[in-house]
Amino acid sequence: MPSKDDHIARLTHLDRLEAESIHIMREVAATCEKPVMLYSVGKDSAVMLHLAMKAFYPSTPPFPLMHVDTGWKFREMIAFRDAEARRVNMELLVWQNQDGLREGIGPFTHGSAVHTDIMKTQALKQALDHYGFDAAFGGARRDEEKSRAKERVFSFRSAQHRWDPKNQRPELWNIYNTQVAKGESMRVFPISNWTELDIWQYIHKEGIPLPSLYLAAKRPVVERDGVLIMVDDDRIPMNEGEVPEEKMVRFRTLGCYPLTGAVESEATSLTDVIQEMLLTTTSERQGRVIDADAGASMEAKKAEGYF
Amino acid sequence: MTDQGSSSYAPDAAIAADILAYLETHENKDLLRFLTCGSVDDGKSTLIGRLLYDTKMIYEDQLAAVEQDSRRVGTTGEAPDLALLVDGLAAEREQGITIDVAYRFFSTEKRKFIVADTPGHEQYTRNMATGASTADVAIILIDARHGVQVQTRRHAFIASLLGIRHVAVAVNKMDLVDWSEARLHEIEAEFRRFGDGLGFGDITAIPMSALTGDNVTEKSAAMPWYTGPALLEYLETVDILQTEDDAPFRLPVQWVNRPNLDFRGFAGTVASGSIAPGDEIITIPSGKRSKVKSISTFDGDLPRAVREQAVTIVLEDEIDSSRGDIICDKDHPAEQSDQFRAKLLWMAEKELLPGRQYRLRTGNKTVGASVSALKHKVDVNDFSKRAGKTLELNEVGVCNLSLAQPIAFDPYAKNRRTGSFILIDRQTNETVGAGMLDFSLRRAANVVWQDLNVGRAERARQKHQRSAVLWFTGLSGSGKSTIANLVERRLYDMGRHTYILDGDNVRHGLNKDLGFTDADRVENIRRVSETAKLMADAGLITLVSFISPFRTERQIARGMMAEGEFIEIHVDTPLAVAEARDVKGLYAKARAGKIKNFTGIDSAYEDPLDPEIRVNTARMSAEDAAETIVAYLERAGFLSGE
Repeated sequence: MPSKDDHIARLTHLDRLEAESIHIMREVAATCEKPVMLYSVGKDSAVMLHLAMKAFYPSTPPFPLMHVDTGWKFREMIAFRDAEARRVNMELLVWQNQDGLREGIGPFTHGSAVHTDIMKTQALKQALDHYGFDAAFGGARRDEEKSRAKERVFSFRSAQHRWDPKNQRPELWNIYNTQVAKGESMRVFPISNWTELDIWQYIHKEGIPLPSLYLAAKRPVVERDGVLIMVDDDRIPMNEGEVPEEKMVRFRTLGCYPLTGAVESEATSLTDVIQEMLLTTTSERQGRVIDADAGASMEAKKAEGYF
Repeated sequence: MTDQGSSSYAPDAAIAADILAYLETHENKDLLRFLTCGSVDDGKSTLIGRLLYDTKMIYEDQLAAVEQDSRRVGTTGEAPDLALLVDGLAAEREQGITIDVAYRFFSTEKRKFIVADTPGHEQYTRNMATGASTADVAIILIDARHGVQVQTRRHAFIASLLGIRHVAVAVNKMDLVDWSEARLHEIEAEFRRFGDGLGFGDITAIPMSALTGDNVTEKSAAMPWYTGPALLEYLETVDILQTEDDAPFRLPVQWVNRPNLDFRGFAGTVASGSIAPGDEIITIPSGKRSKVKSISTFDGDLPRAVREQAVTIVLEDEIDSSRGDIICDKDHPAEQSDQFRAKLLWMAEKELLPGRQYRLRTGNKTVGASVSALKHKVDVNDFSKRAGKTLELNEVGVCNLSLAQPIAFDPYAKNRRTGSFILIDRQTNETVGAGMLDFSLRRAANVVWQDLNVGRAERARQKHQRSAVLWFTGLSGSGKSTIANLVERRLYDMGRHTYILDGDNVRHGLNKDLGFTDADRVENIRRVSETAKLMADAGLITLVSFISPFRTERQIARGMMAEGEFIEIHVDTPLAVAEARDVKGLYAKARAGKIKNFTGIDSAYEDPLDPEIRVNTARMSAEDAAETIVAYLERAGFLSGE
């Protein structure tokens, strides 16, 4: 029989991260009244969903998935989302801000800030209020951005969905304070302690399915303010004489196609992508148009209720 | 290497092989969590910025942002201010201090690291405790010019209080004391004067300069006299085996996984020790014994589960255990108690109020609790005892705790996972305290509940019957008590063991404090159900004669009994018939308005939708009704001891 130490040595950093995430998800299932998992179709959501399948096996996770659809996601994301929900046999709720749709809010007509606020932040708050969820899982990681580095795993939100960074509940050991009053809620980040590299390694190790947008392929793109934007449908206005160019590109993050910059790449397999990621010199959020303003912008958006 | 000869894109085979090898190595790294603490301006953020920078965790765009910020608010002149990499919140960047614990990540070829960057400013000490609670190692920074400060002692004390075993004393800014060996020894000796008494496993002093990078990631050329490891080398090699690795098996049950009738698993994270199928366990505090049948995971059954693994355990026997229990090694169970001696760190602006009710939350259970007595405060600067009536923000004390229910636990010194708790304010729901259990104040705490060897089935078999709860429901005057009495007489004559709980009689004793409001009726039913449950457990056939007008409450009663044990008998008599009988004259009083909330008159009676037995006393005699019921019991096997 192997000694005790052999077994302890066997737990790798990915094993420990996985176990921590599973523990967090089970705490929510056991102590929150009406949880939901926010599923945004990206790689972090894919990992979070996979962890949920593990946490509750052989049961199906005891909460629905919810996607806040801004109406401007890549078409492949929507198809992939629906297929994944069927594959894992979980209920999928899709929420769109109907007021915003009626007013025709979009990134080209209203700019990224207004679009993101109304179709994403406000939509998310509407959805949470509509269903009365008291806990919402999100796939945010602390290594993504400086203000996220200080956010708790169980992040308290007021009845107005506000985050107060200076008044966060201390979080000790693996004991989480899940108490909220009526109308208040928790945003729960089970993969807080994962890094981008951990996510890719885990996807590779576990064979987690991803949208092919993460892999390089010939795609029609136009260049806007130095950022390569994919022409995913005909809603993108063309400048005079502008013709989309076919380029080998892939995406490091997925969101609204007009706000998500592509990177030129030849990485057509997962290992290629990881290899490129290991050699790259820019952070993954760089491709996000909405982050490219003042240093505290994410913190301000989070205080307003953005994830 | 053969040429693929293809014109389309194909990754170079050698690179592909490399990346796979790389992934393999990096997937198998282990993880070290550490925290950095020190006084304001000791250079913590600079140190972490340096570690991230030197281990290539900083991307160009992040560095560009820092260079931009450095010009605006930096303190390092031309060079990028690395502290700005980690001071995340807007308020901090403006004030130049770190006000909240931040988590940072980097990795080397050997390990992945999670850093808790905790603030040195006195008012934020609670954040240091937060960072320390999950850390394996503490790095305590000391400014070489200033030596050991009040804050240094405080941080060492909190690290020790939270059970950190390994401490690195990082003597920083050595460049400002001419890389002096004597200065290092002086500071190390000063630290050890109190640090040696704090119960750390080891203390390692490392001279360095976070600003210049000396002895951070690489050995310093400026200090050839120092033969120990650079900080990063220390972090890569420090032994992270914890006390809990040798501790007996503990699995706090988080969630019971019950997808269908064929699977019942206890989900949780192994807090200490390890477990394998076939191992004998006991649950504390519920006191059930069984054997591990399997360790179920999404990736298949495991031959063994170890500390920190999140698993689902299936037992040989179907025992009643739930969230709050700790599954333990049978021979080394956790203790249980509701009275404790504990250390408490207060973390709220509002002071601790002894006697006030708080919520106490352990890893898997929440119970009401109050501090019954504050024994003394601990001065975190010289570790002396001081008298006090209360604890204020950032104060530490030793107190007696009184809980509303017993919990399973181990002393914190033996097990950080099963010996820790937080206190939550009942009004604001804020986390106001963090505590460490020392020992139980009850001598009986070590006595584990014995699983009672004589079970309900055995007790019932001895009486040649099966336990049953015959629940007679119907309007007042429908004939419930008359029929129940006849049934009991018949069963008695047959040599069976019975008892009657009658609505009216119970109200004279057990439930005499209850009135007839809806809330009181629910409580009335609850108490009667609990009593019936105990009698069923004793093996009796219990006859409950109760109006019990609401479906939900009868459903609750049914839910409390074992499967198949609850027999709902609807004594179905039309209101007109019952009212005409009016044996006790109650209907007349209710009609006259002298009794409020009378079932059938001004309070509803909800007919059972699917009772086991229905008898209509307008159409049959009480004797025939009793006969029907006894026949049912015989047919269903309640009157045989097999």
